[in-house]
Amino acid sequence: MRTAYSSTTASANLDTVVRVTTPEGIELALHPAGPVPRALAWLLDLTWRFALLFALLMILPIFGEVGQGIWLLIFFVLEWLVPAWFEARLGGATPGKKALGLMVLRDDGAPAGWNEALTRNLLRFADFLPLFYMGGLLSMLVSSDFKRLGDHAAGTLVVHRASSSTATEVPKVEPEAPPAALDLEGRRALLDYAERYSQLTAERAEEIASVAAPLLGTATTSPAQRLLGMANHLLGRKRTDQQDQANAPV
Amino acid sequence: MRQFEFERRHAPLWRDFEGWLERRKMRRKRGKEIDGDGLRADQVPATFRAICSHLALARDRQYSPFLVDHLNQLVLAGHQVLYGASTSWFSAPWRFLAVEFPRTLRAERQLFWLAALLFFGPFIGISVAIQFFPGLASLLLSPADMGRMESMYRPEADRLGMRESSTNVMMFGYYIWNNVRIGFQTFAGGILLGLGSIFFMLFNGLYIGAVLGYLQQIGLGPQIWSFVAAHSALELLAIVISGAAGLKLGAALLSPGRRSRRLALTENAKIALKLMLGAALMFVAAAVVEAFFSPLNLPNPLPKYVIGIFLWLLLAAYFWRAGRSRAA
Repeated sequence: MRTAYSSTTASANLDTVVRVTTPEGIELALHPAGPVPRALAWLLDLTWRFALLFALLMILPIFGEVGQGIWLLIFFVLEWLVPAWFEARLGGATPGKKALGLMVLRDDGAPAGWNEALTRNLLRFADFLPLFYMGGLLSMLVSSDFKRLGDHAAGTLVVHRASSSTATEVPKVEPEAPPAALDLEGRRALLDYAERYSQLTAERAEEIASVAAPLLGTATTSPAQRLLGMANHLLGRKRTDQQDQANAPV
Repeated sequence: MRQFEFERRHAPLWRDFEGWLERRKMRRKRGKEIDGDGLRADQVPATFRAICSHLALARDRQYSPFLVDHLNQLVLAGHQVLYGASTSWFSAPWRFLAVEFPRTLRAERQLFWLAALLFFGPFIGISVAIQFFPGLASLLLSPADMGRMESMYRPEADRLGMRESSTNVMMFGYYIWNNVRIGFQTFAGGILLGLGSIFFMLFNGLYIGAVLGYLQQIGLGPQIWSFVAAHSALELLAIVISGAAGLKLGAALLSPGRRSRRLALTENAKIALKLMLGAALMFVAAAVVEAFFSPLNLPNPLPKYVIGIFLWLLLAAYFWRAGRSRAA
């Protein structure tokens, strides 16, 4: 799961994030995909294309040489036009990219149109040179946002499609104010921990929580529960007794 | 404001916006209007701006990563809907042919003439040279090539330019698959500092020139000229225009002017793509002529030459005049 951090510099340096500023003055975080998922997507696309062509090669010769001509036409369209059609009109991804959770976007974060899709697909030939996409790989490795030559010319990015964030609730625990004021990074870490708590095993959760021992003091039964309490406090959940008061009829 | 309160206050708006995005997707899929009681279209921009400011606030106040992530996704989806509409010449094919394509080519005439020189120079040079030094042909063509050519263009053939058993449809498929691909390669090779385009133009110029020169030299001139006459204008000019499009890509890297090379490449690629698309349409038209009309072995080849000359003049007039009168 990728997470969009805004100001934590450490993660910004670790993660490959392209920031796009919208007219509203908001920075969007895009996550360009590296060579490996893209090569896998390409392999998948190659597989279905060849499977289709092979199947047609079995069927079309029934129609003799006319069938061969039609087969060559289909070969041409599948090779050059169909990938562009997928990227321009069908959700910005060829079937292979879709399977790998990738999609093609313009540099400004908008979906690619026909211009961009055609440009990057026609230039695939240049990326292929001298053999097996060496040119494209080289181009991806030397550019910070993993662009092959076709992406540079078309002004496109291949990004990881945002995974629909599984809305993990922070477990409800009686809120507890942290014993000392936390700085921004500390608060961020605490919230991060609390949101991932439900994905961790109980033992691992306690183990991680024990790192925060200086914050908790020594006489703690369950460090994890207390951290969750502080996270609840940071989120602004009310204590149950306060809540009762607030809801009580006056 | 604490996150809990923030979410409680704004979550309904976020859900409305998500609902609108979802309905929009469904509508596109099924192609019909679905009326919901959620957001109206005229409320969308204001809602989008509100969510943008929520994202900014959530980041600034260091709310939890999942909330920031969720808002980031909402804003990204909204951004793509609101700013994604691309005005493409692709949606107006008639205007593209009548105005855009010839106009673009005129604007890039220097590259066009350079490409023409790179292609027709070796083409004419080698075909003339073979008349005086017949041995040159065997440097460029293999004996198998020569044998195949001779049988395809022998005077008693029913149809020229194809093997005995081939059909027109088969040849049409082959011409599209092969010729348009050559055009695309000539174009794409341009991104390598223009070198790929130059290579393909020189190579194809030499090869085609050698074939024509060789067949003329061994006395099959009438057959080969009557075969190529009709589609020559469309096909040869399409190769040259593909090359000019490739050179446009290379020019971005060689002389970007006062732009970064990256920006120059992206901008030049837009122009080059127009040229390439026009050239691709010419290749397709050439393939129709080459597969269905050129192979006819007419007793009198005059109509073929007339059509050939007519197409050269027509294309020259088209590139010279088309799209001049209309306002930009």
